[in-house]
Amino acid sequence: MLKVRLIPCLDVKDGRVVKGVQFVDLVDAGDPVEAAKAYDAAGADELCFLDITASHEARGILLDVVRRTAEACFMPLTVGGGVRTVEDIRNLLLAGADKVSINTAAVKNPDFVREASEKFGNQCIVVAIDAKKVSGEGEPTAWEIFTHGGRNATGIDAIAFAKQVAALGAGELLVTSMDRDGTKGGYDLALVRAIADAVSVPVIASGGVGNLDHLVDGVEKGHASAVLAASIFHFGTHTISEAKSYMAEKGLKMRLDEPAHSASNRAA
Amino acid sequence: MSVVIIDYGSGNLHSAAKAFERAAREAELDLSITVSSDPNMVAKADRIVLPGVGAFADCRRGLDSVPGMVEVLQRRVHEDKRPFFGICVGMQLMATRGLEHTTSYGLDWIHGDVKAIEPSDPSLKIPHMGWNTLELAKPHPLLDGIPTGPDGLHAYFVHSYALTPADPADVVATTDYGGPVTAIVGRDNLVGAQFHPEKSQALGLRLIANFLRWRP
Repeated sequence: MLKVRLIPCLDVKDGRVVKGVQFVDLVDAGDPVEAAKAYDAAGADELCFLDITASHEARGILLDVVRRTAEACFMPLTVGGGVRTVEDIRNLLLAGADKVSINTAAVKNPDFVREASEKFGNQCIVVAIDAKKVSGEGEPTAWEIFTHGGRNATGIDAIAFAKQVAALGAGELLVTSMDRDGTKGGYDLALVRAIADAVSVPVIASGGVGNLDHLVDGVEKGHASAVLAASIFHFGTHTISEAKSYMAEKGLKMRLDEPAHSASNRAA
Repeated sequence: MSVVIIDYGSGNLHSAAKAFERAAREAELDLSITVSSDPNMVAKADRIVLPGVGAFADCRRGLDSVPGMVEVLQRRVHEDKRPFFGICVGMQLMATRGLEHTTSYGLDWIHGDVKAIEPSDPSLKIPHMGWNTLELAKPHPLLDGIPTGPDGLHAYFVHSYALTPADPADVVATTDYGGPVTAIVGRDNLVGAQFHPEKSQALGLRLIANFLRWRP
């Protein structure tokens, strides 16, 4: 039976992890490759890098980070942030990313999703949907797509956009509530469910996880296929295995394999 | 002993090569692992790995675009009986035909078609993406020491199409996704995995080590 995926996400800027990873005695807590190895050894089901480097010139640093991570980790790696062209996607895949997440470029030009998925296959094209609730009290619930970290409204309905990009060939959707991101108040479950129920591709819930029940809710109430979190893992609030055991206790189907040997991981 | 991972423009093979190197190291096997698009390397290699990501037709085109590659593969696999391992679309290419978008022809080593997965439960998402367990259909040396069944180890899948062999005896393992989906095929010196061993942590490394030791 297919298991629920738990995905830690690392924000990377200029080749460094933005918020230091504090859960293990890493040689260098700011090195994304070290953090990736630790998550790999801890049993994470996938890993996500979000590149928040401002300048396009610094892309080479990210590609090097992706290359070194792919050499050391035998788990699927998704990389997003600043992906604008087919060439950007090609470079990330050639560096060793398994999936590439597209955000603003898909909003500006949804046909880019078609072009990308036709070229590289649906399985490696993730569309990241950043949405905010825009309906008021008493109105039917509605969410709008925002770009630039939630600053720019687009006027595009989130559910309609999700259906559109799934039809255009996105293999997976990463749904982040900009209202919840960073709040530790839990996912916007209504948003995640509305999208998950509207599309036939897997949906990853993102934005707002503060405790382990939020992860469970993302699947049970949000109907997500995978749940993503950042700070609860980076700051050592919970380990990956604690989170997976807890989700399993709550009745979710989780992969609880012994991870591949971590000592040889370091040697790799 | 030498292993060649065939590079025909289908994505990054560096992590696959690293996984094979690590599996060899852990199994204490002394062998050279080469990523190559050169048919001469394939002609000399003791073991052959054919990876593949993306669409069936694109991968077939990629393979055909390397002059002499398909001929060398046919010879090494059929006449010289070298151990062959197809991974993901590389496994699908072992089939007779792929029906993704358009009909295109595979290598026809495992008779059967590659068709869209149609889970009995319509709420199941496509692609089948993530970690799933294996159900053993017949014993195979590649699964030595790998626990299967609902409590077994997990493999990482990402695919929307699957190979259904015409002869059920070619199925080594299935996975459950709204019904059985072919996970591993095998006959004689040929084996293929729909999932990604190079992304499948413990199961993947053991499977690769078993392939490197395999004497069909």
